[in-house]
Order: sequence, then C-alpha cells, then structure tokens
Amino acid sequence: MFDTLLPYLLAGISVGGQYAMIAVGYTLVYGILRLINFAHGDIFTAAGFFMVYLAAAMPPALAIPLVIILTVALGFTVERVAYKPLRSAPRMSIMISAIGVSYLLQNLMWYLTGGLARQYPVLPGLGDSIQIGSASTKVVTLVTPVLTVALVVALVMLIKRTKIGMAMRAVSVDFETAQLMGIKINNVISFTFIIGSAMAAIGSLLYFTNYTAVTPTIGAMPGLKAFVAAVFGGIGSIPGAMIGALIIGICENLIKAAGLTMFSDAFTFALLIIVLLVRPTGLFGEKTTEKV
Amino acid sequence: MKKKGNLRLILSLAVVALLYGAAVLVEHTSGSKSMVVTVLQKGAVYALIAVSMNLLNGFTGLFSLGQAGFMLIGAYSYAILTIPMAKRAAVYQYYDGGIVQFTIGLLPALLVAGVMAALFAALIGMPVLRLKGDYLAIATLGFAEIIRAFVQWDAIGPLTNGSNLLKTYPTLKTAMPGNTLLFTFLVVGVCIGLILLLINSTYGRAFKAIRDDEIAAEAMGINLFRHKQMAFVISSFFAGIGGALLAMYQGSLQANGFKSAMTYEILLIVVIGGMGSVSGSILASFLFIACSEWWLRFLDAETMIGNFQVPLLAPGFRMVAFSIVIMVVVLFFRKGIMGDRELWELGSRRQAKGGGRNK
Amino acid sequence: MSEQKNHDTSVLRLRDITMQFGGVVAINNLSLEVNQGEIVALIGPNGAGKTTAFNCITGVYEPTNGEVYFHGKPIAVNHPQGKMAKQYAGINGDAYRGKKPVVYSPDKITKMGIARTFQNIRLFKSQTAFENVLIGTHLRRTSNLFTAAFRLNAKEEKAMREKAAALLEIVGLSGEADELAVSLPYGKQRRLEIARALATEPSLLLLDEPAAGMNPQETDELGEFIVDIKNRFNLTVFMIEHHMNLVMDISDRIYVLDFGKQIAEGTPEEIQKNPDVIAAYLGVEEE
Repeated sequence: MFDTLLPYLLAGISVGGQYAMIAVGYTLVYGILRLINFAHGDIFTAAGFFMVYLAAAMPPALAIPLVIILTVALGFTVERVAYKPLRSAPRMSIMISAIGVSYLLQNLMWYLTGGLARQYPVLPGLGDSIQIGSASTKVVTLVTPVLTVALVVALVMLIKRTKIGMAMRAVSVDFETAQLMGIKINNVISFTFIIGSAMAAIGSLLYFTNYTAVTPTIGAMPGLKAFVAAVFGGIGSIPGAMIGALIIGICENLIKAAGLTMFSDAFTFALLIIVLLVRPTGLFGEKTTEKV
Repeated sequence: MKKKGNLRLILSLAVVALLYGAAVLVEHTSGSKSMVVTVLQKGAVYALIAVSMNLLNGFTGLFSLGQAGFMLIGAYSYAILTIPMAKRAAVYQYYDGGIVQFTIGLLPALLVAGVMAALFAALIGMPVLRLKGDYLAIATLGFAEIIRAFVQWDAIGPLTNGSNLLKTYPTLKTAMPGNTLLFTFLVVGVCIGLILLLINSTYGRAFKAIRDDEIAAEAMGINLFRHKQMAFVISSFFAGIGGALLAMYQGSLQANGFKSAMTYEILLIVVIGGMGSVSGSILASFLFIACSEWWLRFLDAETMIGNFQVPLLAPGFRMVAFSIVIMVVVLFFRKGIMGDRELWELGSRRQAKGGGRNK
Repeated sequence: MSEQKNHDTSVLRLRDITMQFGGVVAINNLSLEVNQGEIVALIGPNGAGKTTAFNCITGVYEPTNGEVYFHGKPIAVNHPQGKMAKQYAGINGDAYRGKKPVVYSPDKITKMGIARTFQNIRLFKSQTAFENVLIGTHLRRTSNLFTAAFRLNAKEEKAMREKAAALLEIVGLSGEADELAVSLPYGKQRRLEIARALATEPSLLLLDEPAAGMNPQETDELGEFIVDIKNRFNLTVFMIEHHMNLVMDISDRIYVLDFGKQIAEGTPEEIQKNPDVIAAYLGVEEE
C-alpha cells in the first residue's frame, strides 16, 4: 500500500512546494493591495520561457540568476504600469486590470514563441534521478520542500525583523495611515511584487524540471491553485500559504493515485469553496469586522 | 413627458427593425459564408452573453466570473437534447449511443438550456452569494472550473459524451439556412429586450441600489441575498441561452472550449462597453468580434511591401495589439464606450435619467 | 423596569443592551424606552456608542447581551455565547441565558417599520434624487419579478412614482428630482435621506445626526421639519444629535451616553441641569 502511494506522496510534496513558491506572491500582494493578481501565473510562465531562451545561449549558472532578475523586472513593470495608476480606483477596476494584464501576457508569449510548446532545459543536478525506497524520482523532488521551507522562513524573518518588513506590515493594515506615517507605499508595494516575482521565478525552475513543456497558458492552472492555497492558508499569511500549498499538492496527487485524474483540478476548487464557506479567513487568517 | 418617452421607444424599435432588415439583406446579398455574416452571428451571440454578465457585474455590482460555466451548461443541454436520434450512435460511439434517447425541438431546447443554467445558478448561488467581492469572484471561477471537469467525467459520459466532441446537433447553418442572422438576432433581441425590461423595473432599481451601497440598500428593506440570487439566476439563464447559441454557431462542442479565459474575454467586453450599459455591451461585442475575427486579421499575416518585410506582423500579433488596446481602455478610459449610459439616452441631459415624471 | 409597563405606547425598548467587539465594550448595559409619538434624543460625546446603539436596533450588529423590543415584539435578543462567554466584560451576562437568541437582518427590521438615516450619508450615488426615493418604495411592492418585468404592475409603478414625487415635495426637493443625489448640497442630501427612509413607510424613524454639517438657520428649519413629518406621518422619532439647540428644542426626552454607559435620562430641562451631564459633555463642548 505504502509502496504504491509513495511516488504520489513524493510528487505531491514536490508540486505542493512549487505551488507554495507561487502562492507566496499571491498572499503578499493580496495582503497589501487586497488584489487577486491574476497575472501572477503568467509571470510564472514567463519565467519558464526566459529559462528556455537563456539556457540556449549561456551556461545555467549564469542563466538562473538572469531568469530571476528578468522575472522580477517583469513583475515590477506590471505593477507600475497596470496597478499603480489605479491606486484610488474601485477594487473591481484593479482586478479587471489584472485580468487584462494576464490576457496581454498570454497573447504576447504566444506571439513571441509561436504558440508551440517549448522544451525546458535540463538543469544539472535537479533533473537527475534518484531512488527513494521503492520509488524512483528526480532530485528536484527532494530539493523543493527543503528550499521552500528555507525561503519561507527567510521571508517571515524579513517581514518580522527588518524595517522594510515592518513597513509592509504597516501598509497591509492601513494604507493611508501608513502613508501619513511617512512610509513610501509605492516602494513597499514594488518591493512586494519583487519578492513575489522572485519566488515565482525560483518556483518555475523547480516546476518545469518536473513538467518540461512550457506553453503560453501553462501558468494559469498552477497560478489558480496557488491562489487557492493562499486562501486556504489564510490570505496574507506566508506560512499559511505554504501549508495550504503542500496540502493541495498532496491531495491532488492522492486523487490521481485513486484514478480520478479528471478531478484533481476540480478538487482544488471544491476545497476553495468549502474553505470560503466554512472559514473564509482560512487556516491562519485573521478576522476583520466591517465598519458601518 | 410620457409622450416623449413613448416617441423615443418607437424610434428605438424602428432603428432596431431597420438594423434587422439590413442584417437580412446582408446575408441574402453576400451569402452565409461571408466574413460580415460570421462577425454578425458571433457578435450577436456575444452581445447576449456580455449583457447577461453586465446584469450581474455592472448593474448589481457582483463580481462574478462564472459565466463560462453557465454557458457550458446551456450549450451542453442544448446539444444533448437536439442531436438527431439517427446520429446518436455515431456521436456517443464510446458510450453505446448515450442514455438520452429522445430529442426535442430547437426552441424548447434553447429554453431548457437557459433553465438548466438557471437551476445550477440557484444551487451555486445559495452558498457563494454570501461571499463578498473578490471571494465571490474566485468562488464562481472555481465553480465554472468544477463544472467543466465534471462534464468531462467518464462516469457521466453516457449523458455528456465525456471529453469527446458533441456534434451533428442543429446548427445555425443547418437549422436556419439562409436566415441565420434573422434567427440569431431575433433570439438575442428578445432576450436582451427582456433584460432591459427587468433593469428598468423596480427590481432593476433594487439591483442598482445594491451595487451603489449594500448597507443602505439593506436599510431600505431590500433583501440582499434574495435580490442577488435573482440577478445571479437571471444572468445565468441568459448565459445558458447564449451558450446554446454559441454551440449553434460553432457546429461542434467540447467542454475545454469553455475555460476561464472565455469569461475573462467577456468581462473585458463588458468593461470596454461600459459597466452598467446594455447598449455599451452590445456595441463592444460586435466591435470585439469584428476586430478579433476580421479587421485585425492582417496583423497576423507576414506582409511584404515590395522587398520590405513589414516588421512585427506575424501570427499572434493581432491578439497582442488587441490586448494592448484593451489595457489602454482599462487603464485610461475606465468608463468604457458608454459609461453607465445607454445609446438611447444620449440626446437627453446627464441628470435627466429615468424619473421625474411627476407632473 | 417591568416588562408590562407602557405596553400600549412603548414603540422601542432596549433592555440591558451590551455590545462588545473583541475586548472593547462599546455599549454597556443600556436600557431605554421610546414611546408612541415622542421625539427622543440620544446624545453624548463622540465615541460614546450612539451609532452602535442604532446599529444594534437596526440589525446591522447583533448585540452581545440584552433585548430590543419593537411594539412589544422582540427584534433582537442575545446573551454572550461561544468565545464571547469567556471574554464578556459587561454586566447582566447571565440575565438572558435561558432565552432563545433573536436575530433579524436589517431589511427585515425595516420591513417591520423602523427606518433610518446614516451619519455618513449613504445615498445611492449613481441614482437621481427621485430614483433614491423610488428605491425606498420597493419594499412595499406587491409585484413579483415577472409582473414587474412585463409591466403588469403599471398601476403600482405609477403609485410608487407618485409617492416618491410627493415625498420629494414634502422635503422640498421637487426642483432637484432629476439631479444626481450626490451632486446635491450637504443639507439637501440629509433631507433626501429622510425622504428615502420615509418611503419605506416606517412607524419609527431613526435619525443619525440629521443636522451634521448644517448652519444654524438650516438646523432651525430642520427642527421644524422633523416635528412636521412626525405629525404628518404619525411617527415616533429617535435621533442622535450634537446640535444642542435642536435637541433641546424638539426632544420630549433625552438619554445621555458616555463611554457606552447611560449617565442621565430626562426632559431637556432636567438634562440641562444634570451635573453629570455637564461634567461629561455639556461642560466641555457647549458654552
């Protein structure tokens, strides 16, 4: 029993960790802007394409940092161009803008890549096979959870201990007051997008080592799942996002093990709806009261 | 005052009749296969779907992203009920001809398409309409994805044909040869007419009140949940009919054609037309379809002028240009083409909308 | 206070109402009564919990403890439950333990006959003044979705429009019927909110700072106006107000709230002389 489930469990932990990397971006941005950044999944995809093209031109040791830098630049630009002008606009407008950016990025990637699936380069080390018990898997399966936990811990420290972290917490509680206290909110928001994009870039390195074909719309589904993970964990909470993502990754693979692959995506959304109805604040979220 | 209103109504109806006449004429002179006819067919279908979404997002202020799911239910209901008996064995080849062993007429099937979508909406609405803002958006999006996965499930394959194509049901071309436009326009026209009647009734006013200020609306005795549920069910009813019409337009049907990207596209149409404007949604639908299917096609073709290769033009560029235009609208012309006004109100003063017939 | 007292004339009665948010007690054991045909004022410094009291009456908040009666019928009953049972910092926490909690949503309360205005005006911003009032008439409709959509309710629709127009006339806004509600000057927006509330056909009208932002002359006019509509529509009025001239002019009785607690009750004359009130409120704010 365990032997047959082990590969699925390993795959679940691995993909869960990768969702967690994306989920952090959602949860940070939502925590600060109250915006579901629909374009985040596409930024993740773009990171995949950056690697495809860069790896063809240079060694991975050079390509990997460059991928992260380019993805961060993209995330930063999206925020400045598409969200910043709408700071005082109704929330719905910003969300529509996010959907518009997602549409634009997908179309742009389709145009630039010709719409065909591109083969992701094999990263030395990560893509190698190893044997765990009775299951054979890739090194990335082991690297992912370790790296995820390490990065999440680092991020929590950053938010708890540093000045910019304090500014982020202040902005997430009250935008306007934070501004009055002299916090440059635009810088804080940009910083949030930078961290989120960097995490998405690292997540894409791991994710595409497992699922090697990059297409313009491939990021949509992991993106949505990562968002669900963020809601499940309690939007705004980084450890919550990680735990939510791991649970989703594992459940999804166990459903596949049960032979119901068709429902592995639907499960995520069913989970989302249950969470929203039973405990809209998620596992670790805080309750807020509305003022009349 | 009343007379003036009536005159405006008669004028509007006359304009609509003229447009219908023109559409029929176009189809008879240029043939059913011409690009104009295609654009008008698809544009009309999208107009209905966009207006149905606007009823929810623009008029009631509910940010719902479930439209593709309800269209899918409508499209499948229509196709399943109308595939001729003789063709069923071939269509449902993996499921022994399927379990639905009867057919109904085209118009009743359209109605059932709407009713099925509305029933699902009523079920889904009960839990999700208690959620606010972006949570509602993500929950409805989630339900649309669940519906899509469920329809393709092997176990209900005898009903839905699983992930295989549904085809050979009556399409616009086979059911209405030569009169595809008249048929589409009539169905869409009646549906949009009904939505307009609703919007301008006391219930429509209650919807707008909820959009403007939920707390004040509730304090005015408006039952938030019941009115949201009404808007949700009605919007889904028409989205279902729209989905069925889309199936008729396409000629074949597969659940994966109804992804969230389709909902996004319709939302963008609504935004371009103006949230809270029926005529805006209609205009934007035709514009959107005309641009994506026809006017911007040249952007996808690699073009040589003499020896000079025109830069950028390559497959996919059309959609890029198109999405940039959309972003410009979203960022800089947030009111869209019409804002929250209607084409037929343009003559009157800004403030003089609706009321004031007290003398 | 016995429960049977003034049963025929009591319109609104609060018994031991406590409202606690987390650890903060916003209203502490408030009891008060408003009788048929009265104008009763609720006064107190900012943050005393006045609007919170309104929100408990209108169903926006569920009181943590206590009962609210409207025409002798309980419209809100609660006692500290769940987490709140441990956290509860008010008094009389056990008094209502055995009673079944009663909760109504704000729309149900309005339907029973309590209408309100808001401190920070909440008009329907995309709608004209006329449409704002017209929306208030939606509550008493007899039409359903179909009869309304297919215009089978023409008679009722006409009656609604006539009523809305008449209400605008009464509040003196006939000339502005077709203007966007939010484009009106402040004082007129407040009157429009009252007209909208009246459109729901209330028997009890709650006014939350109706004179806020008005100049002395407008305030005087408002006082006459409130008395006028009270008589015309056979209303009972319960209002929160800071303009002491207005309060003293038109109120039959006054309740004074400070830090969530009732510190005085009485006629305007009594309140003016009450040393506690002067200390807590009048002494610091009024001359």
